[in-house]
Amino acid sequence: MNFEAVKSIYLFEMARTRRTLLQSVVSPVISTSLYFIVFGAAVGSRIQEIEGVSYGAFITPGLIMLTLLTQCIGNGSFGIYFPKFTGTIYELLSSPVSMTEIVLGYVGAAATKGMMIGLIILATAALFVDLSIAHPLVMLLFFVLTAVTFSLFGFIIGIWAKDFEQLNLIPMLVIPPLVFLGGSFYSIDMLPPFWQAVSHANPVLYLISGFRWSFFEIADVNPWISFTIIIAFLAVLMGLLTWIFRTGYRLRN
Amino acid sequence: MPSIVSVSHLVKTYASGFQALKDVSLDIEEGEILALLGPNGAGKTTLISIICGIVNPSGGTVTVGGHDVVKDFRETRSMIGLVPQELTTDQFETVWNTVSFSRGLHGKKPNPAHIEKVLKDLSLYDKKDNMLRELSGGMKRRVLIAKALSHEPRVLFLDEPTAGVDVNLRKDMWQVVEKLRENGVTIILTTHYIEEAEEIADRVGVINGGKILLIEQKVELMKKLGRKQLRVELAEPLSALPEALSGYRLSVEDEGHSLIYDYDVSGERTGITTLLTALAEAGIRLKDISTRQSSLEDIFVELVGARA
Repeated sequence: MNFEAVKSIYLFEMARTRRTLLQSVVSPVISTSLYFIVFGAAVGSRIQEIEGVSYGAFITPGLIMLTLLTQCIGNGSFGIYFPKFTGTIYELLSSPVSMTEIVLGYVGAAATKGMMIGLIILATAALFVDLSIAHPLVMLLFFVLTAVTFSLFGFIIGIWAKDFEQLNLIPMLVIPPLVFLGGSFYSIDMLPPFWQAVSHANPVLYLISGFRWSFFEIADVNPWISFTIIIAFLAVLMGLLTWIFRTGYRLRN
Repeated sequence: MPSIVSVSHLVKTYASGFQALKDVSLDIEEGEILALLGPNGAGKTTLISIICGIVNPSGGTVTVGGHDVVKDFRETRSMIGLVPQELTTDQFETVWNTVSFSRGLHGKKPNPAHIEKVLKDLSLYDKKDNMLRELSGGMKRRVLIAKALSHEPRVLFLDEPTAGVDVNLRKDMWQVVEKLRENGVTIILTTHYIEEAEEIADRVGVINGGKILLIEQKVELMKKLGRKQLRVELAEPLSALPEALSGYRLSVEDEGHSLIYDYDVSGERTGITTLLTALAEAGIRLKDISTRQSSLEDIFVELVGARA
């Protein structure tokens, strides 16, 4: 294992976060604060509690997930796409690093950045609403698993993307609807039966539900199912990545 | 001398169906400077890319230091430094950071003293804290060389290293290459500038259409294929070649003001003495005489043109 290379890639990527601190950290914090002001304070004060949890607190796990998913996909995809775009990828491909080490460096950095921002959002939320975490370890497990899985998803998007439009396609067009319709701002019990059934086809519902359970012990689906779904998604991504490594798809061809 | 890089029956066909390399075999000796000449699309960059691990081969084998480039990629890539053709840089990084990053990627522990030496050798040290976007094209090219040397490679690939570089910088780079060779680094460079190959290479390979047309010691090559030309400028123009001179391989140029005589340097007799005597006997008065040896460029154009 070339640990020096993993460390170099990781630190190089983290250095970019420091350079773009305003865009990387401040911007998601401001946008999430706006959600809390609008949904938590303004609208939320007129909405009754959901299963004994105030509306402002209820939406917190969903908002953290929204940020975590977009940040991890964005960081994971940009990290590997940028060297492809500038051409500096030649150096990565001609270095004595295995694809596993490349993934550890890039995905590790993307997940770290995503989690840093997720934790800042959690801290910001605590300023607006009363928060308690019923199962901190489970919360941490969902948090880390989601960050790693979606950073990996971003990494694959970055390898697949041929231009900036493709790069932004999934983070901009697919993830927000899935998060918004995945019960971030409501319990799916509030939906008519047909839409409840449709919601069950949305993978993000399981993430948010499991994550919310770790906070308040209320869930749209059984937390074990949530856990299984995220592990299954991770396994699918690992399989895809193995195929990419073996064939050199869009990297060495 | 032992081979450090050995290419055997290498084939590359891209997904588009384009066959960039067709059964290429080649041995590169340790410590030599090999220049690969070839027109655009000849397969030079594909060949280098496969040896360095950037592109997967479709067939054949490549070893570096006795290790297979696919199976033992860690060993082979640790030995290789690559300077790509394009000026690809992280615009927002500093010179120091980007060169240190390259060393880390190759699994080497940080060594500021080595990085400092490399930057000083390439006259980059005073720019070490500058962002790459602040540097000129020539300086960026040097940074790419510094990155390639950051992990102390045994083999250095320079893909068109002096493309778009001014004459002074080109001469500087030749000195850097010479210095590296003195330290035992094997250097393979591809170039469009034949004078570059002529100036610094030990051996010259000509590649075209995905095939190595020839690979020879530069001196041998020029001796073998090099022809000399004698140009005789005449005091008075000739309307036609006199009958007495028809036995010589002469051609008339400059509207009769010059006679051109081609001869083989390696030949036992060049025929110059008898030609000059014959000219005097024919009553032709001479104004000046000059000779010209065919350059590598002539050889290259002849070779590529003949086999294209």
